[in-house]
Amino acid sequence: MVEKRVIVVGAGPAGIRAAETLVAAGIRPVLIDEGRRDGGQIYRRQPDGFTRSYETLYGTEAARARAVHDTFEAIRDRIDYRAETLAWNVSDGRLWTARDGEAEAIPYSALIVCSGATDRLLPVPGWNRAGVFSLGGSQIALKAQACSIGSKVVFMGSGPLLYLVAAQYVKAGANVAAVLDTSPFMKRVRAAPFMAVLPDLLFAGVGLMRTLKTAGVRIATGITPVSIEGSDDTGVSGIRYTDGSGREQHMDCDAVAMGWHLRPETQLADIARCDFAFDAPTRQWLPVTDDDGRATSDGIYLAGDGARVLGARCAEVTGRLAAMAALSDMGIAGDPAARQSLLAEKARYRRFAQGLAIAFPWPHELAANVPDDTVVCRCEAVTAGTLRETVDIGGATETNRAKSFSRVGMGRCQGRYCGNASAEIVAAMRREPVEAAGRLRTQAPVKPLSIATVRNEA
Amino acid sequence: MTARFQRLAETDRAEVRFTVDGTPLSALAGDSLLTAMLTNGLSVRASEFGDGNRAGFCLMAACQDCWVWTEAGTRLRACSTLAEDGLAISTQQPGAAWLKNA
Ligand SMILES: Cc1cc2nc3c(=O)[nH]c(=O)nc-3n(C[C@H](O)[C@H](O)[C@H](O)COP(=O)(O)OP(=O)(O)OC[C@H]3O[C@@H](n4cnc5c(N)ncnc54)[C@H](O)[C@@H]3O)c2cc1C
Repeated sequence: MVEKRVIVVGAGPAGIRAAETLVAAGIRPVLIDEGRRDGGQIYRRQPDGFTRSYETLYGTEAARARAVHDTFEAIRDRIDYRAETLAWNVSDGRLWTARDGEAEAIPYSALIVCSGATDRLLPVPGWNRAGVFSLGGSQIALKAQACSIGSKVVFMGSGPLLYLVAAQYVKAGANVAAVLDTSPFMKRVRAAPFMAVLPDLLFAGVGLMRTLKTAGVRIATGITPVSIEGSDDTGVSGIRYTDGSGREQHMDCDAVAMGWHLRPETQLADIARCDFAFDAPTRQWLPVTDDDGRATSDGIYLAGDGARVLGARCAEVTGRLAAMAALSDMGIAGDPAARQSLLAEKARYRRFAQGLAIAFPWPHELAANVPDDTVVCRCEAVTAGTLRETVDIGGATETNRAKSFSRVGMGRCQGRYCGNASAEIVAAMRREPVEAAGRLRTQAPVKPLSIATVRNEA
Repeated sequence: MTARFQRLAETDRAEVRFTVDGTPLSALAGDSLLTAMLTNGLSVRASEFGDGNRAGFCLMAACQDCWVWTEAGTRLRACSTLAEDGLAISTQQPGAAWLKNA
C-alpha cells in the first residue's frame, strides 16, 4: 500500500476517535494539538500531581472520559502525536504548524480538522472588566486548576453549559450567587419533544437544576443583562439585570462567567477555502459538509464541534465518520453497516441540538441593541458606537468592511469573541437579516504566532 | 479581597516561586501562570487601550487577553504557560513600544 499521510488536527473526542479509526486501518496519522495533553475541552486532563477522580472531574461523563483517554493511550505509539503544536495555515496541500517558534509545512493526502468550539459571547456593558470570564473558561479554572474564578460567582448566558458549569461549581464547594438565563423557561417546554430523543441527556439536565435548587442558588430565566459593575482597577463588584417580569435587580459578586452556547472553530476550513452556508437556527455560518464530514475542498474533512456544535458524544461519532470517509476516498473500504449506524446516531444528536437551539436561543436582539458606549471588541476596547458609525457614516455594508474601518474583529482574538455580535449590530443598523452582513473571513495565522516564528517565515 | 481565584482543592502540591514586576510570589506546581498570578492578585495586566485592568477571559488560548512577558521580553500567554520556579514576569512589554504582530 502506498503511504498516505493523514493529519488530524485536535486531540479531543472527535480527533481521538478519528485517529483510532485510521490506526485500525493500518495508517499512522499525525495528530496535532495545541494543548499540553490530549482530551480536548470536555475531557481536558488535569495536570500531573492532581488527584481528583474521574467521577469528580467529569461527573456523568466519567466513563466516556476514561474510554477516550484509554483509547489515546492505546494508540499513542502508533500515531505521530505532536502536542503544544499549533496548526496555523493550510496551503497547496500542506498544513503549516508551529511549535516552540519553529514552523513546519506537512503535506497531506487527507486533513481531518477536529478543532472544537469556543464560547459564543454577547457584549454586556462592563464585560471587559477583570473578573469576567467566558463560561468555558470558568469551567477550565475548575477542571484544570481546582479553582473558582471568584469568591462570589454569577453565571449568565444561556445553554446547557450554563447550568452544567454552575452545578459543577456548587459540587466543588464554590460560592455560586446566581444563574441568570436570558432564555424564558417556556422555551424549554417547546423544545422538550426534540430533546426526548436522548432521554438520559434530558434527565441529566433536570439533575443539574435539582443540584442548583438544593444548594439554594438563585435561578432567573428570561432575564436581560443591564451591566457588570466594578472599577477599572479592581474589576467586577456586582451585576445589574432586568428579571423576567421587567424589574431591575442588582446583585453583589466578584466574578461573572458568561456564555451563550458555543461557536465552532472554523478558521482552518476557511483558510482551506471550504464553502460555508448560513445556519438559520443558530444564526451562524458553518462549513458545508456531506453527512460523513467531507468538506467542499479536496482532502478536507471536518468533525466534532468544529464542524457543527453537536456535543461531546456526537464528536466521537463524527470523528469516526470523517476518518472512514477519508479512508474510503483513499481506496480503503470500510464497513457499510458501521457507517449506517453512526449516521443514525448522528441524526439523533442533530435533533437534540435542534431542541437546544429552541430551548436556549442566541438572544440576537440583545446583541443588536447593545448600548453605544459598550465595548464590543475586548481586544482593543472598540465600542458599539464606533462600529455603528462605520455603517452610518462610513457606509460599510457588511461585517468585513465594518471590521477594516472599526478594527472590530481585527484584534488578537481575531473575531472569536466579537464576531457573532458585530454581525448582528451591522445587520440591525442596515435593517437586513444577519446573513446579509456576511461572515468574518479568516486570515493566516489562525492565532498570533510568537515573534520568532514570524521572523522564520519572513 | 486580594486574590481573584479561590482554590477549592488540590492544595497539597509543591511550592513554586516566581516574580511579577519584581515582587516575589509563590504558587503551586501545576498552576498555570494565570492561576499563579490570580491567586496572588486581581489582574494580570492593564489594557493598553485604557479600559482598565485585565485578568484573562477564555483560559483556553483563544482570546489572547492574558499576555504577559518575561523580563527578557518573550511574550507568554499566561493561561497556557506553566508557572515555574524562577520565572520573572513583567506585566508590561519590556523595552520597545507596543508591537502588533497578530
Ligand atoms: C471550555 C469548554 C468546555 C466544555 N465543556 C463541556 C462539558 O463539560 N460537557 C459537554 O457536554 N460539552 C462541553 N463542551 C462542549 C465541547 O466542545 C464538546 O462537547 C467536545 O469537547 C467537542 O469535542 P471535539 O473533539 O469536537 O473538540 P474539543 O474537545 O474542543 O477538542 C478540540 C481540540 O483541538 C485543538 N485545536 C483546535 N484548533 C487547533 C489548531 N489550530 N491547532 C492545534 N490544535 C487545535 C484544541 O486544543 C482542542 O484540544 C465544552 C466546550 C468548551 C469550549
